[in-house]
Amino acid sequence: MTPEQALTSVETVTAVIDGVEVTVPKGTLIIRAAEQIGVAIPRFCDHPLLSPAGACRQCLVDVEINGRAFPKPQASCTMPVENGMVVKTQNTSPVAAKAQAGIMEFLLINHPLDCPVCDKGGECPLQNQAMSTGRPESRYEGEKRTYEKPINISSQVLLDRERCVLCARCTRFSEEIAGDPFITLNERGALQQVGIYEKDPFESYYSGNTVQICPVGALTGASYRFRARPFDLVSVNSACEHCASGCDLRTDIRRGKTLRRLAGDDAEVNQEWNCDKGRWAFKYLTTRERVKVPMVRGADGELHEASWPEALEAAAAGLKDKRVGVLAGGRLTAEDAYGYSKFARVALGTNDIDFRSRPHSDEERDFLASVLPTLTTTYLDIDSADHLVLLSFEPEEESPMVFLRAYRQVRKRGLKVTSDAPIASRSSKKLVATLVAGTSSISGLTSQSVILLGERAAETPGAISEAVKLAQSSGAKLAWIPRRAGERGAIAAGAIGNLLPGHRPVDNVEARVDIQSAWGVDSLPTAPGKSTSEILSSLASGSLDAVLVGGVDPMDISADALGQLLNTFVVSLEISHSSVTAIADVVLPVAAVVEKSGSFHDWRGIAREFDKGVDDAELRSDVRILSMLADQLGAPINLPTVTATAKEIAALGSWDGARPAFTAVAGNVSTVTNSDFDMKLVSWRLLLDLGTLQLGEANLAGTAKQARAHISAQTAAKLGVTEADHVVINSERGAIELPVSIREIADDLVWVPRNSADSQVIPSLGFTSGAVKVAKR
Amino acid sequence: MSTTMNFSDEQLAVMDTIIARYPKSRSAIMPLLHYVQSIDGYVTERGIEAIAAKLNLATAEVTAVSTFYTQYKSEPVGEYHVGICTNTLCAIMGGDAIYESVCDKLGIKNHETTADGKISLERIECNAACDYAPVVMVNWEFFDNQTPSSVNDLVDQVRSGNPPAPTRGPSKLPTWKENSAVLAGLSDGLADQGVSAGDPSLLGLRIAHEQGQK
Amino acid sequence: MSKLSPVLSAHWDEADSFTIAGYKRHGGYNALAKALKSTPDEVIALIKESGLRGRGGAGFPTGNKWSFIPQGDNKAHYLVVNADESEPGTCKDMPLLMANPHSLIEGIIIGSYAIRANHSFIYIRGEVVHVYRRVQKAIEDAYAAGLLGKNILGSGFDLELTLHAGAGAYICGEETALLDSLEGFRGQPRLRPPFPAIAGLYAMPTVVNNVESIASVPAIIEHGVEWFQAMGTEKSKGFTLYSLSGHVANPGQFEAPLGITLREILEMAGGIRAGHQLKFWTPGGSSTPMFTAEHLDVPLDYEGVSAAGSMLGTKALQIFDETTCVVRAVLRWVEFYKHESCGKCTPCREGTWWLVQMLRDLEAGKGTEADLEKLLDLCDNIAGRSFCALADGAVSPIISSLKYFRAEYIEHQTNGGCPFDPIASTLFETAGA
Repeated sequence: MTPEQALTSVETVTAVIDGVEVTVPKGTLIIRAAEQIGVAIPRFCDHPLLSPAGACRQCLVDVEINGRAFPKPQASCTMPVENGMVVKTQNTSPVAAKAQAGIMEFLLINHPLDCPVCDKGGECPLQNQAMSTGRPESRYEGEKRTYEKPINISSQVLLDRERCVLCARCTRFSEEIAGDPFITLNERGALQQVGIYEKDPFESYYSGNTVQICPVGALTGASYRFRARPFDLVSVNSACEHCASGCDLRTDIRRGKTLRRLAGDDAEVNQEWNCDKGRWAFKYLTTRERVKVPMVRGADGELHEASWPEALEAAAAGLKDKRVGVLAGGRLTAEDAYGYSKFARVALGTNDIDFRSRPHSDEERDFLASVLPTLTTTYLDIDSADHLVLLSFEPEEESPMVFLRAYRQVRKRGLKVTSDAPIASRSSKKLVATLVAGTSSISGLTSQSVILLGERAAETPGAISEAVKLAQSSGAKLAWIPRRAGERGAIAAGAIGNLLPGHRPVDNVEARVDIQSAWGVDSLPTAPGKSTSEILSSLASGSLDAVLVGGVDPMDISADALGQLLNTFVVSLEISHSSVTAIADVVLPVAAVVEKSGSFHDWRGIAREFDKGVDDAELRSDVRILSMLADQLGAPINLPTVTATAKEIAALGSWDGARPAFTAVAGNVSTVTNSDFDMKLVSWRLLLDLGTLQLGEANLAGTAKQARAHISAQTAAKLGVTEADHVVINSERGAIELPVSIREIADDLVWVPRNSADSQVIPSLGFTSGAVKVAKR
Repeated sequence: MSTTMNFSDEQLAVMDTIIARYPKSRSAIMPLLHYVQSIDGYVTERGIEAIAAKLNLATAEVTAVSTFYTQYKSEPVGEYHVGICTNTLCAIMGGDAIYESVCDKLGIKNHETTADGKISLERIECNAACDYAPVVMVNWEFFDNQTPSSVNDLVDQVRSGNPPAPTRGPSKLPTWKENSAVLAGLSDGLADQGVSAGDPSLLGLRIAHEQGQK
Repeated sequence: MSKLSPVLSAHWDEADSFTIAGYKRHGGYNALAKALKSTPDEVIALIKESGLRGRGGAGFPTGNKWSFIPQGDNKAHYLVVNADESEPGTCKDMPLLMANPHSLIEGIIIGSYAIRANHSFIYIRGEVVHVYRRVQKAIEDAYAAGLLGKNILGSGFDLELTLHAGAGAYICGEETALLDSLEGFRGQPRLRPPFPAIAGLYAMPTVVNNVESIASVPAIIEHGVEWFQAMGTEKSKGFTLYSLSGHVANPGQFEAPLGITLREILEMAGGIRAGHQLKFWTPGGSSTPMFTAEHLDVPLDYEGVSAAGSMLGTKALQIFDETTCVVRAVLRWVEFYKHESCGKCTPCREGTWWLVQMLRDLEAGKGTEADLEKLLDLCDNIAGRSFCALADGAVSPIISSLKYFRAEYIEHQTNGGCPFDPIASTLFETAGA
């Protein structure tokens, strides 16, 4: 439906605002309708995405309906337009103008003259509207109410109460949008103030949005406070590099340094919100760990800085005519992933490439080639779903925008949500989700239902097959939601052993011919390549000689992964020093997101482009480095720039031919092999944890959930522990110690966060889930 | 962290009966706050946390309510909380003078408590007894038609352990905590004590009788 | 001279008037039996016909309010009684509940039956514990007598009645703030629409009525519409409680037909206190513009008072004589509004903060006549611009006092302070402290 068609299929009303006739969909508020004709009625509490409040009274206008004038001015933010309505705003009504000026004067009597030291100065709706709507001088000669300032309402958000105009946007957002009512209005009258309960600070994953929508400088971010004025900043549109939600962002940069990131505006994805990780986790860009210069390991066994020619020569020497595997990582832009994909096939002559730097399976790889490219589910399907099923997926932790979208429907119309999680997380509770043991317990799905399958499904054999079966039998819409921003783009680029770019199956002759002719090569390897785990074990056993590694933390894959990279030739393309660069033979620095342009594909498979924000003479994107390396190897891939790469990708297009059939895999019943280890540990990653891209931002880390071992009341009783105690969790490989949390969970299960402080499951216990024994410390 | 363990099982059971009065549990927050005050004397942290746990609310949602209302105290008040009406009518008729006099006598001011924890003062708003002005409320019981000297006497009697009876209330003045329990809905059986109506309430009726009304 | 008409107060002089026995002795709960024999719609029609208007201040026809509840909608309906009486000067509901709580209970059962509510509430202010006790006991006794609970008097009608104590917030007397408070939120007023009749308590159709309105219902059912309409004026039917307080010889409650004048009431009550003259008074509480001696003959019904430039409100007749400083009186009232402002909207929250500071300065004799203009201009920016009527109540004493007593404000300025002796206005100045 075109926008024009959409408008005519909706009932409309017509009114006159300041002498201009305007036709809008029925139910449109006067303040919105006025905006459409370029009339900005001043406001504070009004926000298009929040329920109308009518609290601040700044938006008062004169209203007449069918000849009858309202005796007093009305709040335009709570009154919908009606046929025959005549509205006079401050532009054409002296009464409205005086009323608005009066309200502005009242707002300023207790507001401090903090502008010189307030972050909001220069981009402040109060300043702007005071200039446009208010009196030039205040007649107030009394005492202003003051408070101790600022107070931390979390480690990340500061509150200056005396600046607050009590618009309640922040409290309404926290309650209505995020479902985290940890900030509320307290007290009454002129001493009314935003507050927290001190023992429970404002630790919501979405707290940063309140800083952005606060119309004054009452809420500020601790990381940005006092750092810059908006007119110092250059803004670039960005796409978030953290998760696969696909948020539109705006990055503000001053003299080459990223100072803050704000949520952008995309009605079909993140609306005007983002999560705290996307907002504040960018300090990794400027830590001292950044690699700026190529490095080559010398005869002395140490890494030494080298020139680009030197480093490229050393890398080529270790890769030429060798059996090489490529671990691309899940954080690449779509263009960079395409570079790795082409490099593997053209420069290295192999299909042994895999972007999955996390637990994975062959069942998953089949699914990614056979089923995923056929899926078309979007956020809008969640909006209209009759039933939402979450399989191996925790929305708030793994895709915060999916959570917000689902929560909105739960709140608005009681959308039914079902989850197969073994324990009710905070997001399950907010979604009022019914927990079930498996897909066999789920019934009644229709073609309007939505199944969201998380990347952790790969950890349980058969889980993906069950999800596919459920979708096929019910007609429900299926979506697969990975945790990292680069995964869908990597799949589209063919950075995986069974796919070529454009979702072309490797073992399909016509697909190979497509690519061969596009790339100008005579042939491409025909058999699907090794997966990540196969590449790693082959490196360890010697059946592969060398490996090219992108942004990968081996500890995310398995406890053995790093060890498997020793004693082999490693070329690392990295932005920062890591456990991989520490053992690499050649380190080639690459640009981080703000230093290059590119695009990320979100979980829907839709791309969001972003521009380069910072010019760094030393750094280029992965694709360019790989192009230079390919040249050095004598097998060029001709991808000198991101733009050229994007052009090539576009020209290639997507495969619309046959796909391999998806072969379902049966689940297996896990048996406890050692009766000593009689409990099963389950885990998943929290949004805020020890992830590498969250480094360097202590304020954000301060809001991360504290790691606790979740056990049932019965287990606690059996172990003789209460929530004041700690437990030791032992696997065959190691142990972790955590405080206890008593929750509703099966008696034989213990849940811990997978990669949080004091709870790093893979390195400590040797698996992501498995047999453990639990005892009181 | 479960702090409902700090309240006894009986107390937690009482909370459940309060919650059961309402179609939606959140409505119970007000009587539960009165109940917490009846145990702890004011709204304590453990009270807030227990109510949040019982009603499945965030603690901030509980403080949002408890800080909105004048009767919920965030700091301890005295065993006997003396409220002097200083709204216009009572103030004009003597409430202001009473307030100054009792402040002088006790050495404390509005919202303060004597060092021995016995008496606290508050300037209160109109308590719907204007025909009995000047009005003083002690633990929210009526003490009508007060003067500076009668309030001074009242305070002395409270201190000596022999508080006077309310003018329109139970025969013995209950404590702050006892009356908070009543407001939580826990009957103390004293409804039948005290007059039906004071003289001012009966004025019109008496005149009507004189005029020959039924 | 109007005769008085004790109906609600008819037996307050009996020591057990508040008990169920005392109430039944004088025909209590007969009206309920009668009402249950009619259909609910018949009851609504009767109350509509009677012309009973809400006694909580607004004077909205009660029967009309009841008829706004959509019937046959398969939703829970609620009757909520507003017993939050906190308007300065208003003191009729509390003595009524203390001396005759069953009149309210009976009225609630009838009203709930009429609007098809099976669970009703009484929201009573928390600062009156003994009144709470009386109402709670009355409810207990009504349950015990089968007048509440299941199958009331064998009619098949079920009703649960819950007593809910407030905790000290005048704004909770505003019906939508009351509903939010009863639901467990901060007591701040709600946006309307939706109106409570469509989405009130728990978003269900709800009627909110004042104590006296509901308590008047049994008498109307018992004695009939004609009896009720024989009292009062053409548009303000029936009897009501007038509360006389302040510098009068004898303060107290006067139950009379609507339309009586202050002069008539004062004559019965023994006039202003000896040796003094009436200076100013409120017809309906602090939120209503004040009157002076020139208004002694205004008929105290809704239309009469309105025509004279004020509002009947809650018939809270606060009488002040010449010893009273108007500026001090106004200051105290505005301090009240500032204290009670819920804080939601700017003009009330910030406006009352500012008004109090200005009035304090004016009482202390600071400022010039220009400040009086400024004060009025602030009132103009507050009145009608706020979220609810609390702010309108706050500016009402300022505007009306400046209308009648501007010279007194100026006298403070020329005098460098208040020219009145505060002790002269107290009761005990003559009686001995």
